Amino acid sequence: MPVNESTAPPADDTRWQLIDRVMQRLDRRPDALIETLHAAQDAFGYLDSTTLAHIASRLRLPPAKVFGVVTFYNHFRLKPKGEHTLAVCTGTACHLKGNDKMLAWMRDRYHLAPGDTSPDNRLSLVEVRCVGACALAPVFLPDGALVGKKSFGEATAIIEEWLGDAP
Amino acid sequence: MRREELAARAAEHQRRLDGFAHHILVCAGLGCPDNEAIVVALRRAVAERQMENRVLVRKAGCMGLCALGPIVLIQPGEIAYQTVRPDDAAAIVASLGQEPVQRLLLPSDLPFFARQHKNVLALSGRIDPESIDDYLAAGGYGALLTVLTGMRPVDVVRSIQESGLRGRGGAGYPTGLKWATVAKATGDRKYLICNGDEGDPGAFMDRSILESTPHAVLEGMIIAAYAVGASQGYIYVRAEYPLAVKRLRLAIREAERSNLLGRAICGSGFDLTLQIRLGAGAFVCGEETALIESVEGRRGIPRPRPPYPAEKGLWGCPTLINNVETYANIPPIVRNGAAWFAALGTDRSKGTKVFALTGKIRHTGLVEVPMGMSLREIIFDIGGGIPDGHALKAVQTGGPSGGCIPADFLDTPVSYESLHELGSIMGSGGMIVIDETSSMIDVVRYFMEFCMEESCGKCVPCRAGTAQIHRLLTRFQERRATAADLAMLESLCDLVKHASLCGLGQSAPNPVLSTLRYFRQEYLDRMVPAEPDGEVQP
Repeated sequence: MPVNESTAPPADDTRWQLIDRVMQRLDRRPDALIETLHAAQDAFGYLDSTTLAHIASRLRLPPAKVFGVVTFYNHFRLKPKGEHTLAVCTGTACHLKGNDKMLAWMRDRYHLAPGDTSPDNRLSLVEVRCVGACALAPVFLPDGALVGKKSFGEATAIIEEWLGDAP
Repeated sequence: MRREELAARAAEHQRRLDGFAHHILVCAGLGCPDNEAIVVALRRAVAERQMENRVLVRKAGCMGLCALGPIVLIQPGEIAYQTVRPDDAAAIVASLGQEPVQRLLLPSDLPFFARQHKNVLALSGRIDPESIDDYLAAGGYGALLTVLTGMRPVDVVRSIQESGLRGRGGAGYPTGLKWATVAKATGDRKYLICNGDEGDPGAFMDRSILESTPHAVLEGMIIAAYAVGASQGYIYVRAEYPLAVKRLRLAIREAERSNLLGRAICGSGFDLTLQIRLGAGAFVCGEETALIESVEGRRGIPRPRPPYPAEKGLWGCPTLINNVETYANIPPIVRNGAAWFAALGTDRSKGTKVFALTGKIRHTGLVEVPMGMSLREIIFDIGGGIPDGHALKAVQTGGPSGGCIPADFLDTPVSYESLHELGSIMGSGGMIVIDETSSMIDVVRYFMEFCMEESCGKCVPCRAGTAQIHRLLTRFQERRATAADLAMLESLCDLVKHASLCGLGQSAPNPVLSTLRYFRQEYLDRMVPAEPDGEVQP
C-alpha cells in the first residue's frame, strides 16, 4: 500500500467529515482505528487503499498495522459490493436446517460463491456467521432485511422475485 | 438527578401509562420480523376507532417464543397473540375489552411460559426498550440508587459474592471473586468491560437482552463500576447486531441525560463514562484478552494469562470484564438480596440461566429457567419436543467450545458441574437440538471448520491443529478414514486441548471428544476396512 504522509482526502467529500468526527471523538488515539474503519466502511461501502492510507496518516499509525487489522476482521471489505447483497446465515441452527443447500443453489443459479460479486455488479453473495436469529432458522438477508422460517422452495422463490428473475 | 427526582419522573410516567385502558405490546426484537408494520397497522386501527386516548400501542422487547412470532401482548389480561400479521390489527383492536381473537390466541397455560422463571428476562417484552421512562417506571435504576445511597463498594462486592453468581459467558468463574480482585487491585485507573461479543453460532441470549432491556445491562455495569472503582467502561458488541447497538446507543444517551452516567452520578461523588466498541466479526474476540486487544484497536490476538485482566487488562490497568447476562443479573440481586438469589438453583450453580433453544425443536426461542432444571424439562416441556415425528438424538450446548449430550442423559439437571461431567459445558446458553436425521460427524465437522477459520493463528496447536482435525473429520465424512486416522484424531484432540494458548483452541476439540465418547459408532461406521497386509488369510 503506498504511503504518503501528505495525502489528504478530498476536502469536498462530506463523507470524510463523518469519519473525521469519529476520529476526533476518540482523540485520534490508536484505539480509534476499528471504530474509524467501521465509519469509513459505512460511508464508502468498502475500504480501498486510499481510504486506508488516509486513516493511517491521520491516526499516525503505520499503514501495515491498519492493513493488518482490516484483514484480521471478517467484517471489513477491501472490494466494493454489488448493487444488491444477499447474506446467507451459516450459524449452527441455519446449518442444521439446510442453508448449505441455499449456497449450492446460489452457485448453480447465479454462479456465485460466498464473497463473490456478479460480473455485472448486480449481486454480491456473503456468508454471515450467525446473525442471532437462530429461532427463525434457516435465515437469509436480502439487502439486510431478515427472512426466516422458509422452506428451500419458498426461499429460492423469494430471492428470484427480489432480483426480478422470477420465471 | 437525585432519588426523589427519579422517583417523581417514574411516578409521572406510570400515571401516564395508567391513563390508558388497554396496552398493546408488540414484540420488536430481531426474531419478530415485520413488527414495525404491525405497530403501524395497530396504531392506524386505534386511530380509526378514535381510541388514541384509551389504547397505547408500544414496541416491546423479546417475548421469547420466536417460533410463533410475531407475538402481541394485550394488557391488562395477559392476552398473548401468535403469528400476528399487519392485517390482523383491526380484529385485535376491535376485540379490546371483549372476547379475544380466538384464531390468534396463545393458550395462557402454555408450558413454554408457565414453566419458566424469569429474572433477567422479567421486563423483556413488558417495556419499551427505547424508553428510559418505561424502565424507571418498572423500578429500573432503583438498585443503583440503593447502592449509591446506602452501600459501600465493599458491601456491594460482598453481596455479589454471597449471591453465588457465576459468569454467564460460559466459563462460570465466580463473579464476586472477580469483582473482589479488581476492587483490591491497586492503581488509580481501572476499567470496566461488558463482553457482548456473542460469537457462538446458535446463541442469541445477549442480543436479546441488549435489544429488550438495554438499561438493565447499563444499571448492572454502573453498580459494578462503583463496586470495583472504575470510572471508564466499554461495551463490546458484535457489529452483526445492529438493533442491539442502536438501542444501546440510545440507552447510553438517555442515561447520560438523566445523570445516571457521567459526572457525579445521582448527586454522588461517583463518575462513570461508558462507550460502545463495535466488534468486527472475529469469534476469538469473545476471549477476554483478545477482546481487550480489540478495544485497544488491534488485531484480536489473545494474551497469555496470567496476568489476568483483573490485575492487568485494558492498557495494563486492572479491568473487570463480565458478560452481558452477568451484568443483567446484578440489579435483581441488589433489589432482592443475595440470599434470594442464592436460594435459586443448585448447590454450586445459583440463580437462573437464559437459554436459546434452536435446531430441531418445536418452540424455538429464548427461555429462562432456574439452574438445576433437567434437559428433558427444558426441551420437552418448555420447548415442546421435536417436531415432525422425529426423535431427539443429542443436545449441543456451548457451541464450538461445547459438546453433544446424547438422549440418555436428558434427566441431567443443568448446572456448570453436571454439563462439565458429561463432557460439555454450560457455555453462554446456546442449546441446539439435533434429531436423528443429522449426522454427528457433519455437526462436529461444521464446528471444527468454524474454529479453523476463526483461529487467530498466534499459537501453532490451534492454528495447525484445528486444520488437521478438520481434514481428518472430512475423511470420516467421506467414508475414507482408516484406523490410523482415528488414532491420529484422538491424539490431535488431546494435543490441541492441552497445548493451545487460549480458550478457543483449548475447547475446540470438545465437540469431537464428546461425540467420540457418545457416538463412536458413527465414526467406526465411516471407516474403510484396514488394508490387507499381504498375508494370505486361510
